[in-house]
Amino acid sequence: MRAKGELPAWIDVVVLPLANLTLAFALSGLVVIAVGEDPVKAMRVLVQGAIGHPEAIAFTLYYATNFVFTGLAVAVAFHAGLFNIGGEGQAYIAGLGVALVCLYLDFLPWPLVFLLALAAGMGFGAAWGAVPGWLQARRGSHIVITTIMFNFIAAALMTYLLSHVLLDPGHGAPETRRFLPGATLPSMQTMLGWIGVDAPRSPLNLAFFLALIAAFLVHVYIRHTRWGYALRVVGQNEQAARYAGIDPGRAIVVAMAISGALAGMMALNEIMGAHQRLLAAFTSGFGFVGIAVALMGRNHPVGVCLAALLFGALYQGGAELAFEMRGISREMVIVIQGLIILFCGALENMFRPALAALFAKPERA
Amino acid sequence: MEEFAQFLSLLASTVRLSMPLILCALAGLFAERAGVVDIGLEGKMLAAAFAAGSAAAVSGSAWLGLVAAVAVSVVFALIHAFACVTHKGNQVVSGMALNVLAVGLTAVLAFAWFREGGQTPALQGAARFAPLELPFVQTLSGVPVLGPIYARLISGHNALVYLTLAAIPLVSFVVFRTRFGLRLRAVGENPHAVDTAGISVAWLRYRAMLCCGVLCGVAGSYLATAMASAFQREMTAGKGFLALAALIFGKWMPVPTVLACLLFAFADALQGRLQGVALPGIGVVPVQAIQALPYILTVLLLAGFVGKAVAPKASGVPYAKEK
Repeated sequence: MRAKGELPAWIDVVVLPLANLTLAFALSGLVVIAVGEDPVKAMRVLVQGAIGHPEAIAFTLYYATNFVFTGLAVAVAFHAGLFNIGGEGQAYIAGLGVALVCLYLDFLPWPLVFLLALAAGMGFGAAWGAVPGWLQARRGSHIVITTIMFNFIAAALMTYLLSHVLLDPGHGAPETRRFLPGATLPSMQTMLGWIGVDAPRSPLNLAFFLALIAAFLVHVYIRHTRWGYALRVVGQNEQAARYAGIDPGRAIVVAMAISGALAGMMALNEIMGAHQRLLAAFTSGFGFVGIAVALMGRNHPVGVCLAALLFGALYQGGAELAFEMRGISREMVIVIQGLIILFCGALENMFRPALAALFAKPERA
Repeated sequence: MEEFAQFLSLLASTVRLSMPLILCALAGLFAERAGVVDIGLEGKMLAAAFAAGSAAAVSGSAWLGLVAAVAVSVVFALIHAFACVTHKGNQVVSGMALNVLAVGLTAVLAFAWFREGGQTPALQGAARFAPLELPFVQTLSGVPVLGPIYARLISGHNALVYLTLAAIPLVSFVVFRTRFGLRLRAVGENPHAVDTAGISVAWLRYRAMLCCGVLCGVAGSYLATAMASAFQREMTAGKGFLALAALIFGKWMPVPTVLACLLFAFADALQGRLQGVALPGIGVVPVQAIQALPYILTVLLLAGFVGKAVAPKASGVPYAKEK
């Protein structure tokens, strides 16, 4: 039974997000017109550039891998009623953990290096997320502000470490030396080569599968464990959680640690997989894309994966777009991203009254 | 005497660096006092900087640039109000969206309109706010101590600096001494009471966002047409968030907030001069440590380790009339 004004589920899950997404893309089209280009052609170039050939698809999936991680990070925090804007900083610090293992423990056998790097990335990310969580839970500081501040602190710390401590003297740019082959993630090209499939060269690597596993595990955790349940109850109603014997503070710290660990896994894809060295600002705003991905994916792991795929396609297609059409720069993707956050996030309910008038059941007498 | 001159120039650059922080922090003060969390100060300032840079480049007038900057910033502020007040959307999400949108939009439009790789053309002459010389600088130049202070610290700034300095007492007066200010603060603490008194919560919050937009607009124009001489990509570089930190540091009060802005700006001015200089007893302080200091202090303050910052009670909560 639905209450008055409530929408059928398919409207809520399919029609409403699609309407918002369409509006975001329509406005992006207007921006394309404003810079004097043809939006229909731009759309075609974008789609072609994102999925038009095997190499494009590989790049799309490579970007999507990052966004699955950062999207899941935001989604898990959202379930606990927390807004984690700190994915960027958590991933950056996680990069340090991954790099330390890959630089200094690379004499170990590969499986051990891999597991240690995974643990270090997740651990460093989790720590950088758990501290703001603890501050919110025990000291009452607002998580949004604290995570913003932690992003800046992470950036300052990493710039210092990269330019003073971990710097490879041979380089002009602040970055470490390249990791040895025994301390990197195999690329998709290599892995498909093992089973005799010919694949194009791309930064797509083993982390892609880690992303899918992470999405599955997050789903199990949130929906099918008592800890996930506790997390959701705290997110819904802290008072009720307390009556149910759940310690909200504990749940908040745990949620932020998991969120940070997930954001941190992005570093595996970028640092251990794609770049194979630690470099300044490697997170490139992908932590913030996670917010858009989580909002679009409605915080559900499947939705997050689909939204990550869309954003992966946008980033890859956007690069092609900037290359093909002279009047459009790379940042067009950021415009689309901003509009999606605005319409699928802040204004998600704008169409609700109109749709309710069309579809909602009339009130029973 | 040499040290004194250096100290004066340090203070003068503190003043110059503090202006965008002060304007943005006061903008945030209007929003948050009215119960609207605005993490979109950064985006508004960036969009305004682009508007100022392009309008000034096209028209040749810095003042027209200022008008354009304020107009664009107000539009951004109204979108925030539309999302958060009218549609009761998530205020953090909306602020974030506008920040991202501003980064993308300014870069795309600057790239397309001016073909200079994402910045606006360099401004000259009347298209910039030039330093003004106050009267009596020559007359006082012979006076020891006061003469140089007057000439180098008080005189010699651009019009927007004096405008901002005038805005500080004005904002303080409006928020604490007028009926509008009283209602504004009330709506941030207890919107139900304001509603019961027959005053529109939404209209008050819209007006707060208007004030917020105007101040961010001035801040943006200051960046592009006074401090620098063109709009550059992402030229706000986190200043909007630093202003937010200053607002928290100042406990949402105008004068302490301005002092926090001055402190942060002083740290900023100092770090350029401390580069590679060994301090007695401490050694060389990494630039990054000074850069991170405002953020670390804010975290400590919010956590109640140094003092306690309590936000306006209703900030961040959309207002819904009780059924």
